[in-house]
Amino acid sequence: MAYAEQAEREAVHEPTSFITRYIWSQDHKVIAVQYALTAIFVGLVALVLSGLMRLQIGFPGSLSFMDPSTYYQAMTMHGMIMVIYLLTALFLGGFGNYLIPLMIGARDMVFPYLNMLSYWFYLLSVLVLLASFFVPGGPSGAGWTLYPPQSITPGTPGSGAGIVLMLVSLAIFIVAATMGGLNYVTTVLQARTHGMTLFRMPLTVWGIFMATVLALLAFPALFVSAVMMLFDRLLGTSFFMPDMILLGQQTEHSGGSPILFQHLFWFFGHPEVYIVALPAFGLVSDLISVHARKNIFGYRMMVWAIVAIGVLSFVVWAHHMYVSGMNPYFGFFFATTTLVIAVPTALKVYNWVLTLWRGDIHLTVPMLFALAFILTFLVGGLTGLFLGNVIVDIPLSDTYFVVAHFHMVMGVAPILVVFGAIYHWFPKVTGRMLDDRLGKLHFWITFLGTYAIYFPMHYLGFLGMPRRYYAYEGYEFIPQSAHDLNAFITVAALIVGVTQLLFLYNLLHSTFRGRPAGPNPWRAASLEWQTPQTPPAHGNWGAKLPVVHRWAYDYSVPGVQQDYIPQTVSEHDMHGLSADSDEEAD
Amino acid sequence: MNTLPLQNDPDSVRAEYGDRRRAAVAGMRIFLAVITMLFLLFLIAFIARSQSGDWRPLTDPAAPLSRPLLLWINTLVLGLGSLALQWARVAMRYGQRGESLIGFGLGGLCALGFIVGQLAAWWQLERWGYGVASTPSSSFFFLLTGLHGFHLLGGLLAWAVTLGGYWRGWALARLQLRVELCAIYWHYLLALWLLLFLALTSSPQTYRTIAALCGLG
Repeated sequence: MAYAEQAEREAVHEPTSFITRYIWSQDHKVIAVQYALTAIFVGLVALVLSGLMRLQIGFPGSLSFMDPSTYYQAMTMHGMIMVIYLLTALFLGGFGNYLIPLMIGARDMVFPYLNMLSYWFYLLSVLVLLASFFVPGGPSGAGWTLYPPQSITPGTPGSGAGIVLMLVSLAIFIVAATMGGLNYVTTVLQARTHGMTLFRMPLTVWGIFMATVLALLAFPALFVSAVMMLFDRLLGTSFFMPDMILLGQQTEHSGGSPILFQHLFWFFGHPEVYIVALPAFGLVSDLISVHARKNIFGYRMMVWAIVAIGVLSFVVWAHHMYVSGMNPYFGFFFATTTLVIAVPTALKVYNWVLTLWRGDIHLTVPMLFALAFILTFLVGGLTGLFLGNVIVDIPLSDTYFVVAHFHMVMGVAPILVVFGAIYHWFPKVTGRMLDDRLGKLHFWITFLGTYAIYFPMHYLGFLGMPRRYYAYEGYEFIPQSAHDLNAFITVAALIVGVTQLLFLYNLLHSTFRGRPAGPNPWRAASLEWQTPQTPPAHGNWGAKLPVVHRWAYDYSVPGVQQDYIPQTVSEHDMHGLSADSDEEAD
Repeated sequence: MNTLPLQNDPDSVRAEYGDRRRAAVAGMRIFLAVITMLFLLFLIAFIARSQSGDWRPLTDPAAPLSRPLLLWINTLVLGLGSLALQWARVAMRYGQRGESLIGFGLGGLCALGFIVGQLAAWWQLERWGYGVASTPSSSFFFLLTGLHGFHLLGGLLAWAVTLGGYWRGWALARLQLRVELCAIYWHYLLALWLLLFLALTSSPQTYRTIAALCGLG
């Protein structure tokens, strides 16, 4: 690792003023917190939007301002914000930024200036997106998939300025994600410390690394579709817009292909699922291993499963388009690849469970969230097997079954990991513990509450309750019991939503008043817990970079007194340790 | 507290930049992979769209790209820019600061010339009645050349900063790294332009063959 040797000689300029330290910061830890706070803020906006939608569905007419347009705008913004501006930004920009350099023993990202730009572009994209709430016509109401022609056809809510701001915001976000992504990938490849081989990296780093590779290769597809749609909307081209007669008038467009947009969008959209899921897989592997005091089961298998999922995620996209119509052989191909991707995914679930097997399980708050993730991901994954088949998907595709499926698998499951990971790493970020009792309360209400929300939705889907509808009165096939269930779901959703205030209070309170954590409260072996200071100072490692002698999962090693061995402990140190313990035994 | 002594002896500066070079070149390669993906997807969209009924090729006898003389000149200019930057890069390796400055300056000027030439090509298309929204093929012409030009403008930004570095007397190793990155980027954008030029001026039969091979036909 010639690079790392040199990195020790590099000057570490510590920022001195408030502005360079906290605002225009090039320190990966500060940028991570900036990313995380922005993402959480915009996520709260999306949470409120979902509450408004649920109020309309559960108690129709309870909100005076809720008309169909507002409902679709809320739905569109909720989906887009949650998937891209919250989850993607939080996992890559937040956790990726904070953990990659600390876990691989680097002083910072390799391109700190680019890293700073990445955050400011992200903030700009968020501001542009939020600005669309305040323009005439409001934000886009085209659904988060923005399918043309309706997304830019007059009559769709927000087809004026709203959709333009949405597309511009996406383009800016992609620039931000690319700048960040170049950093994460290059840092992992080039800036690992002495002894940190690729196969000694914690699975968190592997997950975020692979997700970043996916982001770098998949976001261009969204960029292409956004730019071409902007051309159609602003310059009158016909990339996606077909011949249309609108209010008796032929529109200026002709001959474009809406299906082309769908292919481009989902070529991004499916890897996006794994851009969110792979970091969650990685983080949860580390949580389970630490809190079960056991090495992760099948580490290499886990790594290769992450890589395999990443590769396969590029050849399954058209399973989102079964109802758009396609050649039956294509449908067969995409159904097959979709089922094949379940193999490495199931392998990971087995390995998590086998890690727990006969482990010394500590039911700490991070562990509770990790266990809840396994359950939730299992439920969401199994319904994915249903929907991956063309003949099952076609009748269920436009029902609440799909809403239940994707919220379980890529809404609730990753968010549970986000919470677990925040409870786990908060002591490293702030030097203080989050309150345990509040954490447990937050966990149980969130976990049981999300099941109260999404479990019944599977049943509503089987009943045939269509998704995307603004109101469900007056349909004979929807029984009264479904309306009652909708009211129940809404109550559960509001309770879960309000409970998140508990979490925010816990974050705020514990940052200043929490119990001091010490450097390594969970007695974890990976590198980020071995920093000389907590929270880590600028440059992370003091005068000398750490040297890594082992993988990140040496827990409960037979014959060693301490139940974990930090990555920085060499065999030589180990002999010292065991000799000491022998003497003590004598 | 964590500020380490900055080593000022030339050997260590060279070694430090040697390692930064590896990271920077790796980062640049990954970035080029991302751009490749971007334009690959654009080209797939282009091929798919070219198979619809309303496609009027720009290479028709009466269309503006039947004899794309201007585009050939632009290609030549961009190629010269790439050569000039390669010259600057090699001169840097031999420590020839002045010589590399000439090559480096020429490289950027050629790129500027290329952009002006592309704008002239746009203007020609407009004048022929092939504006951006007139036919799908001209929409793609504006889209692809425009995005390629944007990438070149980004490169010119880095070029301008580096040119300032010559003035401000940056250390040779630091300057060398920047020149090297610019040269790599210029070569890449030249290759990309050649591909786009080829794609935009191919015959409908070629599109049909490619589309059939991709299963888009």
